[in-house]
Amino acid sequence: MEWMMAVAVGILFTVGVYLILSKTLLRIVLGTSLLTHGVHLLLLTLAGLKKGAAPLLGNEAEAYADPLPQALILTSIVISFGVTAFFFVLAYRAYQAHGTDDMDSVREEEQ
Amino acid sequence: MNNLLVLPILIPLCTAVILMFLKEQVLLQRFISIFSGILNLVLSCVLVSRIHEKGIQTLHMGGWAPPYGIVLVGDMFAALLVLTASAVSLGILLYSFTSIGPERERFYYYSFFHFLLVGVYGSFLTGDIFNLFVFFEVMLISSYAMISLGGTKHQLRETAKYLLVNIVSSTLFVAAVAYQYAAVGTLNMAQLSQRIAETGQSGVLNVIAVLFLTVFALKAGLFLFFWLPGAYSAPSSAVRALFGALLTKVGLYAIIRTFTLIFTSDPHFTNGWIAWMAAATMILGAMGAVAYNDIPRILNYNVIISVGFIAFGLSAGTPDALDGTVYYLLHDMLGKGLMFILGGLIIAAAGTDRLSSMGGLIKRYPLLGWSFFALALTLAGIPPFSGFPGKVLIIRGGLDSGMLTLSLIGLGSSLLVLYSLIKVFRLAFWGNPPDRELPKVNLKGGTAVAAGLFVLVIVMGLGAEWVNTYVSQAGEVLGSPWLYIEAVLKE
Repeated sequence: MEWMMAVAVGILFTVGVYLILSKTLLRIVLGTSLLTHGVHLLLLTLAGLKKGAAPLLGNEAEAYADPLPQALILTSIVISFGVTAFFFVLAYRAYQAHGTDDMDSVREEEQ
Repeated sequence: MNNLLVLPILIPLCTAVILMFLKEQVLLQRFISIFSGILNLVLSCVLVSRIHEKGIQTLHMGGWAPPYGIVLVGDMFAALLVLTASAVSLGILLYSFTSIGPERERFYYYSFFHFLLVGVYGSFLTGDIFNLFVFFEVMLISSYAMISLGGTKHQLRETAKYLLVNIVSSTLFVAAVAYQYAAVGTLNMAQLSQRIAETGQSGVLNVIAVLFLTVFALKAGLFLFFWLPGAYSAPSSAVRALFGALLTKVGLYAIIRTFTLIFTSDPHFTNGWIAWMAAATMILGAMGAVAYNDIPRILNYNVIISVGFIAFGLSAGTPDALDGTVYYLLHDMLGKGLMFILGGLIIAAAGTDRLSSMGGLIKRYPLLGWSFFALALTLAGIPPFSGFPGKVLIIRGGLDSGMLTLSLIGLGSSLLVLYSLIKVFRLAFWGNPPDRELPKVNLKGGTAVAAGLFVLVIVMGLGAEWVNTYVSQAGEVLGSPWLYIEAVLKE
C-alpha cells in the first residue's frame, strides 16, 4: 500500500515542480497547492498505513490509526490554505498592477 | 515549570489582537505597541536572570509531560535571543513611528509587527519540531503581509517571489518532519536527540539532516540566498530593518539548534556541509556587497555575509566557537537592525538610494554620518565595539579545529564588509552635495532611536566580560546537548 502512495506523492511533486517552473503566475500558484497536497499525503503515508479504526474512542476497536499525523496534516492544511488564499489575491493584485501575469515580462519592465 | 516562558509569546499575541480593533486610532496603536514592547523587554530580562540563577526552564503546555505535550524550553541561548530580539524590535518600532507613514499604519501595520514577533519568540522558545514549523509560518505570513503592505508594483512582484520561495521551503519542512517522524517516531526535540543518539545517525537520518539543513538554509539565506537581496529591497526601511535583524536569524537559530541538539551523532558529515555552505555564503555575499552601488543592495548582501560567518562558527564546533557564535548572533541582530535604520535615514536624507547621486551629507547630518562610520567599524569587528569578541572567538575556534581556509575567508569577508560600508560612508557623506534640491526631512527621531541602539552595541562591546558570563552559559548547553535533554525529559 505504501509504495502506491509513494508513487502518487512522487507524481504530485513532479507536476507541482513543473508548474512552479512555468511562466504564468496562476500556474505557479496551482503548482504550490499540488506540492502541499503531495506533502500532506507523504505525512499520512510515512506515519504508516496499517489497518485500524478511525481514532475515535467510541469505536472501541483493537487498534486505531495513528492520530498524531492526522493532527499535523490538519494544521498544515489550514496554514497552506491561508497562504494559498493570500497568494491568489497577491497574484490578482500583481496582474492588475503589472497588466500581465507572465513572470518574465514582469521582470523586464523593471529595467 | 515556569509560566514566565509563555509571556514573551502571549504579550505580542494579545497586543496584535487588541490592535486589530483600533484601526483608525493610530496614536493609541502606537501607545499600546510601545507599552507592550517595553513590557516584553523587562520580562525577557527577568527570564534571562532567572535562567542564569536556576538553569534551563521548561513549561509543559496544558500540563502534559513531554514528550506527549508541547514543551516550551528556555535555555540561555533562547532567552538571550528573545532579549536581544525584544530590544531590537522596540528600537525598530520607535523608528517605524517616524518613517512608516499614516497610510500603512492605519492598515494594521502594528498588528502585523506584533504577529511577526509572536512567530520569532515562539520559534526561539519552542521545544517541539512541528511547533517550530507553526511558529515559522506565523512569522512568515506576517512577513508576507508586511512586505506587500502598500502595494506598489515593485513590492507586489518581490512579494510573489518571496512567497513562492517560502512556500516551497515550508513544504520541504513538512516533508522533513514527515520523514523524521517515520524514522524516529517523535516530534519532541529532546526525545528526538535521545533516540537518534541511541540508534546512531545512520544513512537515512543523515539524509533527513541535510533536508532540514536545506529548509533552514533557505529561510536563513545560508548559501540558498538568491531570493534575499531582491525581497529585502522591496519594503520600507523599518520593515527591512525588522527582517534583516530577525528573520534570517530565526533560520540560523533553527540550524544551530538542529545541529547542536538533534543531529549530533555524525558531526563530520553535517559540519562538513555547513562549513562548505558557510564559505560559499561569505564569498558570494562579499562579492555582492562590493559590486553594487545602491544602499539597499549593499546592506542586504551584508546580511548574507554575517549569516555565512555565524554558520562558520557553528561548523567549527569547539566550545570557543560556539560561545563566539552566540555572541556574534546577538551582536548581529543589534548591528543589522541598526544598519538598516541608519541606511533608511541616509536614503531619506538624500532622497535617493543611488550612491552615485549622493554626497556631502556630513555637513547637514554630522551625527548620522559618524554613527554610520562607527557602525561600519562595529560590523567589521574593530575592538571597542561588539563585533570584535564574537569574531575573535569564532576565528580562534576555526583555527583550533584546523579550518585555516575558512578562517581566512572569514577574516577576508570582514575586510570586504568594512570596504562596502566605508564606500557608502565615503560616497554619501563626503564630497560635494549634488546639484538637485535635497528633501527637507526631520531625522531627529530616527537618529535618536539609532543612538539608543548604538549605546547597546557599545555596552555589548565594552562589557564583553559581563556579557560573556551569560553567553558562555548558552554556549555550554550548545556544546553538551544532554543538559538540554535532562532538563526537558526529567521526571
